[in-house]
Amino acid sequence: MAVAALALEDITVTFVSQDGARYTALRNTTLRIAPGEFVSVVGPTGCGKSTLLNVAVGLLQPSAGRIRVFDEPLAGLNRKAGYLFQTEALMPWRTALQNVTAGLEFRKTDPSQAARQAGNWLQRVGLGGFGERYPHQLSGGMRKRVALAQTLILDPQIILMDEPFSALDIQTRQLMENELLELWSANRKSVVFITHDLEEAISLSDRVVVLSAGPEAHPIGEFDIDLPRPRDVAEIRLAPRFIELHTLIWRAMKNEVLKSYARQQKQ
Amino acid sequence: MPGSRSNRALRFWQAVLFLAFLAFWHVATSPTLLPAFYFDNPHKAAFFFGEPLKVLARTWDWFSSGTIYPHLWVTLLETMLAFVIGTALGLAVGLWLALSPTSSALLDPYIKALNSMPRVILAPIFGVWFGLDIASKVALGVTLVFFIVFFNVYQGVREVSYTVLANARILGASERQLLRHVYVPSAMSWVFASLHNSVGLAFVGAVVGEYLGSSRGVGYLILQAEGTFDINSVFAGILVLTAFALLLDWAVSFAERRLLVWQPRGGETEKM
Ligand SMILES: Nc1ncnc2c1ncn2[C@@H]1O[C@H](COP(=O)(O)OP(=O)(O)O)[C@@H](O)[C@H]1O
Ligand SMILES: [Mg+2]
Repeated sequence: MAVAALALEDITVTFVSQDGARYTALRNTTLRIAPGEFVSVVGPTGCGKSTLLNVAVGLLQPSAGRIRVFDEPLAGLNRKAGYLFQTEALMPWRTALQNVTAGLEFRKTDPSQAARQAGNWLQRVGLGGFGERYPHQLSGGMRKRVALAQTLILDPQIILMDEPFSALDIQTRQLMENELLELWSANRKSVVFITHDLEEAISLSDRVVVLSAGPEAHPIGEFDIDLPRPRDVAEIRLAPRFIELHTLIWRAMKNEVLKSYARQQKQ
Repeated sequence: MPGSRSNRALRFWQAVLFLAFLAFWHVATSPTLLPAFYFDNPHKAAFFFGEPLKVLARTWDWFSSGTIYPHLWVTLLETMLAFVIGTALGLAVGLWLALSPTSSALLDPYIKALNSMPRVILAPIFGVWFGLDIASKVALGVTLVFFIVFFNVYQGVREVSYTVLANARILGASERQLLRHVYVPSAMSWVFASLHNSVGLAFVGAVVGEYLGSSRGVGYLILQAEGTFDINSVFAGILVLTAFALLLDWAVSFAERRLLVWQPRGGETEKM
């Protein structure tokens, strides 16, 4: 493999709570993403997927391990990455358009040019007429689109997405997944897509990485997804190869999901 | 609209209540309508409680002759200045302390002490420091407004969503840009939430300051009237102040609606 766009090497994250209790969320996790590659990370809820992404973007310092971005060690925030949060991250006091221009504004781009570009991006995510709305006036799916435009307008080399569509209903979700694939194939960037939904992972990705249940989560399997592109996420779920891959990966995941479930029962 | 009829009925009864109050006041204080039932002299009730018709006549006099306007203007000016200066200071200090944990830990007991102090007591001192002109009234209003705004800004900054903040950082915001585009807007929503309080207190500061020593303003008018036992003028002054306070409050509600469009509120649907 050539230089990885993003390389997380031997990452260990141990949280220390205020009463001194330690919790090791990730242990010796290694993950490499090639330029232009779409990788999904799946794992049971609470295993440390968001933690891994926070490390990758530089919001969280790992207890041990190295992060390299295009072969440069990461210091501070990852300037090559865009991040789509699992929870609401739009600024509620800015309209949809102003939210999309935010990144350009921070970079001191000429305002009229920024507005033009943002209008363009809103159009591309299907929100042409909604620029003047405030986040609370948009549906959950629309807010995700705004967040997507907000991130993509900066044209990041690496896109980190943390269960971006998990709160959406299934139809909206498939719509967004197809849109995402379309945007991505037009301009291929490295994507790390976090999800707990295996079907979503397979239908979108070039590669699926399975994390074990926490504590001390680490990758327990990597699967190349050799499904042809372009894909339609709804149709591809019916392809025989999809079902084969699903069975294969699910076998690897099942134990971990059961473990995570048993652990939650105990608590 | 179903609510509107009961709403109109409510307004009607509110008006009736007000008129009934005026009528009672009139009957109970008039030297001629009723025999004196409490005081030994039929004029005493009017002496202590004024007479509504005379109060209204006095108010009318003030406005028709124009003598009230300079006083109202002074009171309004003091209120505005106290509000603007108090808000600006509260905003600045609130942001500073909320973003600098060391200074806030250091100053915490002093802030608490200053806030607990009955600040109206400072009015005479301000009179000595700033003279009897508007500066001393503004200063009193500022001390009242400052703490309201300060505590709200402090809270507002503390309550900024972690995700919104992290997102802005990742989008490339510098510390200054975070302040301008995240902390201040978030704090402002809290400041606006307390706008009614702070405008009200700016007004209280102005009037109390005038009352305790001045040569202009509505508070001064009341003080003068008290000096000459002109109870009707005292009540007329109170009436003007109350109407004025309501007007200010209404203006604040109006500003609030214009400035906080981004906040969700109930009932944005169109009524058919
Ligand atoms: N700041 C923190 N302090 C302590 N524990 C944390 C913290 N953040 C996450 N954790 C724990 O780490 C584990 C992984 O969390 P997370 O990465 O959010 O899981 P996922 O995104 O896979 O659902 C969870 O058990 C969670 O309780
Ligand atoms: Mg998560």
